[in-house]
Amino acid sequence: MGDFVMPSLGADMERGILNEWLVKPGDAVAKGDIIAVVETDKGAIEVEVWSAGVIEELCVDEGTDTPVGTVLARIRETENPASEPSAAATATPSPPPEPVATTPAPPAPAPSAPAEARGRVMASPWARHLAAERGVALTGVTGSGPLGAVLGRDVPAAAAKTAHPKPDKVDQLAAMRRAVAKAMARSKREIPHYYLGTDVDVTGALAWLARRNASVPPPERLLPAVIWLKAVAAAIRKVPQVNGFWQDDALRLSEPIHLGFAVSLRGGGLVAPALHDVDQRTPVELMRAMTDLVTRARRGRLRGAEMTDATLTVTSMGERGVERVDGVIYPPQVAIVGLGKVVERPWVVDGEVAVRKVMHVSLAGDHRAHDGHTGGLFLNALADALSAPEAL
Amino acid sequence: MSEVTFREAVRMALRESMHADERVFLMGEDVGRYGGSYACSMGLLEEFGEARIRDTPLSESGFVGAGIGAALVGMKPIVEVMTVNFSLLALDQIINNAATLRHMSGGQVNVPVVIRMSTGAGKQLAAQHSHSWEAFYTHVPGLKVLSPATVVDARGMLLAALDDPDPVVIFEHSGLYNMKGEMPEPPPAVDLTHARVAREGTDVTLITHGGCLRRTTEAAAALAERGISAEVLDLRVLRPLDWNTVFESVAKTHRAVIVDEGWKSWGFSAEVSARIAEDAFWMLDAPVRRVAGVEVPIPYPTHLEQASIPQTAQVIAAALEVVGHG
Amino acid sequence: MTEAIQTTVLDLLVELAPEFEAGDIDLDEDLRDQLDIDSMDIHQLATRLYETFGVDVPESDRAELTTVRRCVAYIASNR
Repeated sequence: MGDFVMPSLGADMERGILNEWLVKPGDAVAKGDIIAVVETDKGAIEVEVWSAGVIEELCVDEGTDTPVGTVLARIRETENPASEPSAAATATPSPPPEPVATTPAPPAPAPSAPAEARGRVMASPWARHLAAERGVALTGVTGSGPLGAVLGRDVPAAAAKTAHPKPDKVDQLAAMRRAVAKAMARSKREIPHYYLGTDVDVTGALAWLARRNASVPPPERLLPAVIWLKAVAAAIRKVPQVNGFWQDDALRLSEPIHLGFAVSLRGGGLVAPALHDVDQRTPVELMRAMTDLVTRARRGRLRGAEMTDATLTVTSMGERGVERVDGVIYPPQVAIVGLGKVVERPWVVDGEVAVRKVMHVSLAGDHRAHDGHTGGLFLNALADALSAPEAL
Repeated sequence: MSEVTFREAVRMALRESMHADERVFLMGEDVGRYGGSYACSMGLLEEFGEARIRDTPLSESGFVGAGIGAALVGMKPIVEVMTVNFSLLALDQIINNAATLRHMSGGQVNVPVVIRMSTGAGKQLAAQHSHSWEAFYTHVPGLKVLSPATVVDARGMLLAALDDPDPVVIFEHSGLYNMKGEMPEPPPAVDLTHARVAREGTDVTLITHGGCLRRTTEAAAALAERGISAEVLDLRVLRPLDWNTVFESVAKTHRAVIVDEGWKSWGFSAEVSARIAEDAFWMLDAPVRRVAGVEVPIPYPTHLEQASIPQTAQVIAAALEVVGHG
Repeated sequence: MTEAIQTTVLDLLVELAPEFEAGDIDLDEDLRDQLDIDSMDIHQLATRLYETFGVDVPESDRAELTTVRRCVAYIASNR
C-alpha cells in the first residue's frame, strides 16, 4: 500500500487545494502518470504519481485545502515495492517539505450536490468533451440533467462564468506574489550569494542562427534563447558543481540538467518551470518544449515535476531591454545564470576595433556550495560554448 | 409529379426493368395468375408471359435456389418470397450460397439475384406472417439489405438492386403497400449507399427505416409542437449501413432514439445503439434509447398486435425522456 | 479580404494572450506594450501566420509585426 500525499511543489509551499482528480478508485496508474490537479500559489499544477498500482481510495474531495504531506489517495502497489521508490519519492531530490502538523483530512462533506454524490461528477460524455475542450472543471458546474448530471448545455454557461474570474485572479496574483516573496526572502536570508559577470561576443552565434533560420520554414526556426540554454548545459557538463541542490548542509550534484526557465506571466507574477534534459535534446526539440512550457505556464497548466526539479535557473532580461541582471538563487538550487540584452559594442578583434554583438552573462553562486573560482570556470566555459554554436 | 401507391411503385420498377433487360424475370409463389400476394405483379403475366412471370410451388428453398442458379449463369432474377417468415426455409440458399459464392470462388462468379420479401406486422396476419427479421440478414457479410420506406425508394431501390452484381435482399413492409406518395416525373434514380435525413432537427435524432418511418415522422411533428426539434433519419440501406450520416446527426443533436419493429434483444436496434456508443460516445448527452418490438410472437388480435410494435406515442415519450422533458 | 485577415490575426493574438479579448485590442498600438508579448509570442505568431496564410515572415521582417494593422498589411502584400 502506498500513499499519494499532497506534494511540495516549491520550496515554500505549505498547503494546496486538490482541484481535480483525474483518476477514480479502481483505476490503474503507472509511475509518472498525472493523476490530480493541485491549486497552489503558483497556479494549477498537474501532479504525477511516483508509484505504480491501483487507486484504492481517494481520501480528499475535490476542492479541499490540505497541508503538504496529507494523504490524498491510497494506492495498492502492483509492482514489487522493494524495487520501487516510495510513493512520495520524486525523480530528483527535492527539498523535504517543512514539517507541518499533519491534520487529518476533513470528513467528507454530506452529499450536497447530487451530481457529485458518487465521489465523481456525473456528466454526460458530451459535457465532458466540451469541458475538456474549453478547460472548464466540471466540479461545481450546476447540472440540469437527471440526478443533477452535467449536460452539454450546462458547460458554455460555466465556461462563461470562469472566463473572467476577476476577483479570483487578484487573489491568485496576491498568492503568487507571496510565494515569490517567501522564496526570494529565504534565498537572501540563507544563501551567501557571490556574483560574477562578463561580456561575451555573440556575433558568431547570432549569425549562425540567422543563417540556419533563413534556410528552414518558420515552424522549425529557433529563438536565440535555445542557443543560450544549450550553451549553459554544455558549460554545466564541464563545470558540474553549479548544477544541483544545497541540502542538509551539503552540495548534492544532479546528473540530469533540468534548466529552470523564468517565465513572466502577463499581468504580473513569475514562474520558473524546468526544461528537462536540456543537454540531451536537439535545438528543435528544445524550441518545441520551450514553446509548450511557456504556453502552459501562462495558462496555469504546469506539471508538478516541472515546478520542483529544476537544477539551475536561467533568467533573461534582454527582452525588456536590460543589459545586465544579477539573479537571486531559487532555493535549494545553488546558482542562477543571468542573461542581458544583446547590444552592439566597439570590440577589439585581432588588435582592431570592430562592431560586435555583445551580451552580458552573469552568475550568482551559492558560496556555501562552491567558490568564485568554480563560478569563473563556469562562465568561461559558457563563453566558449557561445562562440562555437554549431557544436551545440 | 403524380401520386402512386407503394405497391404501384414496386410494379413500375418490375415493368421498367423487364422492358429494359430481357435477362430480368420474376418468380415466386402466386406472382403470376394471382398477381402476387400483395398484388405487386398484377397484370404482369399478361404483359410478359409465363416464361418471365413464373409461379412456383410452395418450396422456398427450391425456388430461391433456382433464382441463385439462374443468376450464376447470367440471368437477373427477381425472387419474391411471400414474407420474411417463410424465407427461413431458404436461409441456407441465401446465406450459404448467395452470400458466399463470390468469396468462395475467389471472385470467379457472382450472384446478381434480387430477393424481395414482405416484412412486419399490422395486417392481423398473426405470428407466422408478421415478424421483422431484418437482423438475420443484416448480420450476414456478402448481402446487401434494403428497406425502402417511400414510393421513390420502392421503385428506385429495386432498379438499383438489379444493377448490383451481388445478392440484394429487399424488405417491403406489408403496411406500406397501400401508402400513397408523390412520384416525380421522370421518376428519379436512387443510390444504395446513403441514409436520408427525412426531417431536419437539432435536439434529438430519431433513427428508423421502412415501416416505422411514418410513425417516427408523426412523432417528430408532435415533438415540434412541444418545441422539440427532432431530426429523422431514414436509414434506407441496412447493410452496409451509412454510419457517417448517423454519427453526423448524433454529433449535431447529442441524443439518439432508435425505432425498429424487430425484437429489441440482440436486434437491429442493438447494433445501431452499440455503434453509436462505440464511435460517437463523446457526442452523447443522454443514453441512447430504443423503441422496438415487444418480445412476443406477434399476436393476432389487433389491440395486442399494435401493443407489440412501436407506436407514435412511445417514440414521443422516448424522445422527451432523452431531451430531459420526460 | 483584409477584414478576414484582421479577424484571423486577432484570433491568433487572443490565443497567445488569452487574458485579452479581440475587441479590446487596439489596431494601432504596439503589441509589445499593449499585450505584454515577448519574442516567444512573436515567434509563435509568425509560425501561426505561416501555417494559416502561407506567409513566411523572415526574421529580418519580424520588426514589422508591431501592430495589428501592420501585421494585416504585411500579410496582404506578401501572400
